[in-house]
Amino acid sequence: MAKFRDHMGRPVVAVTGIGVVTSLGVGKSDNWAALTSGKSGIHPITRFPVDHLNTRISGMVDFLPSSSKGASLLTYELAETAAQEAVGEAGLNSGDFGGPLFLASPPVELDWHDRFSLYNSDKQDSGAERLLRVARGLKELDVFETTQFGSIADRLADRFGTRGLPITLSTACASGATAIQLGVEAIRRGECDRALSIGADGSATAEALIRFSLLSALSTHNDNPEKASKPFSKDRDGFVLAEGSGALVLESLEAALARGAAVLGILSGCGEKADDFHRTRSKPDGSPAIAAVRAALADAGLGEDEIDYVNAHGTSTPENDKMEHLSLSTVFGERIGSMPISSNKSMIGHTLSAAGAVEAAFSLMTMRESVIPPTINYDNPDPAIVLDVVPNKKRDAQVRTVLSNSFGFGGQNTCLVMAREPV
Amino acid sequence: MSSPHDVVITGIGLVSSLGEGPDAHWQKLAQPGREPVLEAARFAPYTVHPLPEIDWNLQIAKRGDQRQMETWQRLGTYAAGLALDDAGIKGHDELCTTMDMVVAAGGGERDEAVDADILAASENRNDRDVLLNEKLTTELRPTLFLAQLSNLLAGNISIVHKVTGSSRTFMGEEGAGVAAVETAAARIRSGQSTHILVGGAFQTEHSDMLLGYELAGYLHRGPWKPVWQRQGAEGGGVVSGSGGAFLVLEQREHAASRGRKIYAELGQIVSGRARRSRGELDAEIALLLKQAAPPNGKLLAMSGASGAHGATIAEKSALDADPAIATRGFSTLTGHMKEAQFPFAVALAALAVDRKAAYPVFDATAEKPFEGIPARVLATAIGYHQFEGMALVNTA
Repeated sequence: MAKFRDHMGRPVVAVTGIGVVTSLGVGKSDNWAALTSGKSGIHPITRFPVDHLNTRISGMVDFLPSSSKGASLLTYELAETAAQEAVGEAGLNSGDFGGPLFLASPPVELDWHDRFSLYNSDKQDSGAERLLRVARGLKELDVFETTQFGSIADRLADRFGTRGLPITLSTACASGATAIQLGVEAIRRGECDRALSIGADGSATAEALIRFSLLSALSTHNDNPEKASKPFSKDRDGFVLAEGSGALVLESLEAALARGAAVLGILSGCGEKADDFHRTRSKPDGSPAIAAVRAALADAGLGEDEIDYVNAHGTSTPENDKMEHLSLSTVFGERIGSMPISSNKSMIGHTLSAAGAVEAAFSLMTMRESVIPPTINYDNPDPAIVLDVVPNKKRDAQVRTVLSNSFGFGGQNTCLVMAREPV
Repeated sequence: MSSPHDVVITGIGLVSSLGEGPDAHWQKLAQPGREPVLEAARFAPYTVHPLPEIDWNLQIAKRGDQRQMETWQRLGTYAAGLALDDAGIKGHDELCTTMDMVVAAGGGERDEAVDADILAASENRNDRDVLLNEKLTTELRPTLFLAQLSNLLAGNISIVHKVTGSSRTFMGEEGAGVAAVETAAARIRSGQSTHILVGGAFQTEHSDMLLGYELAGYLHRGPWKPVWQRQGAEGGGVVSGSGGAFLVLEQREHAASRGRKIYAELGQIVSGRARRSRGELDAEIALLLKQAAPPNGKLLAMSGASGAHGATIAEKSALDADPAIATRGFSTLTGHMKEAQFPFAVALAALAVDRKAAYPVFDATAEKPFEGIPARVLATAIGYHQFEGMALVNTA
């Protein structure tokens, strides 16, 4: 019989529903088929003109009805689609979820198309003055809603009947993992039996692309898009901006079993540590990322030798992959050379606010399917990074435990430990 | 009955048009008949409560750090520094590296000149997407992105003040502030954390920050009025203000073990999401009030009411319905500070508890006096558009 309390006496947190959308498709089935066959979702940008842009490729989600309707509506649709899959799989009433909502989503801004259209609907005066005057005459709330940071979660709360004040959060590229961590913590505190954690990001606008580009963060391998994201390779030159969503239904193991739900995995540990070194770079000794990994292991009550696989942050930027290797080799010691460590981002790009949730979803599937998705485009290994990245082809393997890393601008480091079975 | 796992407030960092720090705020707010500091010309027809003069160097020692931020992040980092100083944590390595942090944030300032330039050019161009690429690739300052990112206020606090236990940023207007305080307190109560920095900042002196309200017509226009007297006036009732509020929340025994002064105990915190379009707001506010502050004698309420017509009248009616409650709408004197509104309300409540005195009325026509010592003070933030929260602050 499963134990309902963990090594620290807290409720064990199970996953009972998983949903995912990436540039590879909608739903677990399509995504998993593509991911395990080493297929890339990175493609040329068609959503907006690419004149003057250094980077002209992305992993945008271009096949949803809201794909061309701006970041706010697309982020909502991505979140809703993944959450619908997760809640459905969990066998819960999709209009009366009955637990809190934690949403990782990108910061919102007035979309340029709206800005242009408001501005050009009038001729009097100019600049901000004109925008404000036009704004106060609007009769509909649609544009306003896209500028409120809480609106997407508010709509999702209505849609799924979640309880209480929904939390919208950002820890940059670690956001998805933080959303899961908040859900885990709420269940452990006994505040709820279940929580809905979602990471969604549909914010790949021209301005977002340009901003990352100006920080030299993006790959410019435009000619062969599916080859652009190459984590841990010597010629990696930046990440590929992407969109997607991941959703998990988290539930106390006791409550899940009591209602006869299928347990898809266990969320056994969360760890975090902030970095005070620099806004975009990690402390050279990797100590914050190391501390985050160790905190996650300690929270899960597992030793270094009890992690079977690492789902890497693996962005394909020179900085991240080097630092992630340093951190992992510090924590895992000599074993690091023989541990499978792969990056989903080699195929789906960097889904930013969604990444931690998308990759947690894939980590859980890795354990359930006993298949490790590969790191594709690994043709030119970085000799300074000696890792078993599961190069180019999937691998069959029994995976009992996964460490999933998420690191972000602003010194954000969040790590999750997941297990296939309750202890 | 106090318990070792109580959540207590040991540090307060405040900035508003009234000045900076808890003492300055207490002195000004405790003085009857205080007039607000207003800026009515710069953003006419809107009035705002502007930032006071601030010497950023006092909390952000490195010029290089200051240059990496715009005013919003500087303001938050500054207010956070004040709170850490006040709690005796700043510069204390062990306490900073183990300190958790939850920041309530919106977004930072865009480059108004670049935006205006693009908008002006858009009048004569049909290929506006190309125009956008052309201008943004050449005119945006690369580091401005970091000054705009919501989680980079927390990032800067880590860099400047070395708070690195953990760093989480909640978004979503007043609700973000409510959830930040609520989550921080829950983590302390459950033993998940011993000391947490929590708060937010809002810099309203930027056209986009006004636009965030005005796309739904929420801003008050015309001559300034106290927060309770804007119903029926031109515009939507909100007068915004620049400011920041950070609190150091601590487990009681953690605070006691290092011999710190405790301002107040942070009691029950409740939050909600009324579906306002279905008319649920009145009932939601009544429910929150009942949960946060069950009837127990007279009660001082520090209301974060924004002035937004619907939410403000609903809150005022609910508070006025209980004759034991004496309400103070502090937005009359500070303006509405969005994400910082709830932490600010909690801070003002803690100050009253600590000083054993109520604030005088901020608006004699709409508020009633409170005699005696306020042993418990309610803090509220009913969102101008969505989300609601309240907390009860008790004598230490």
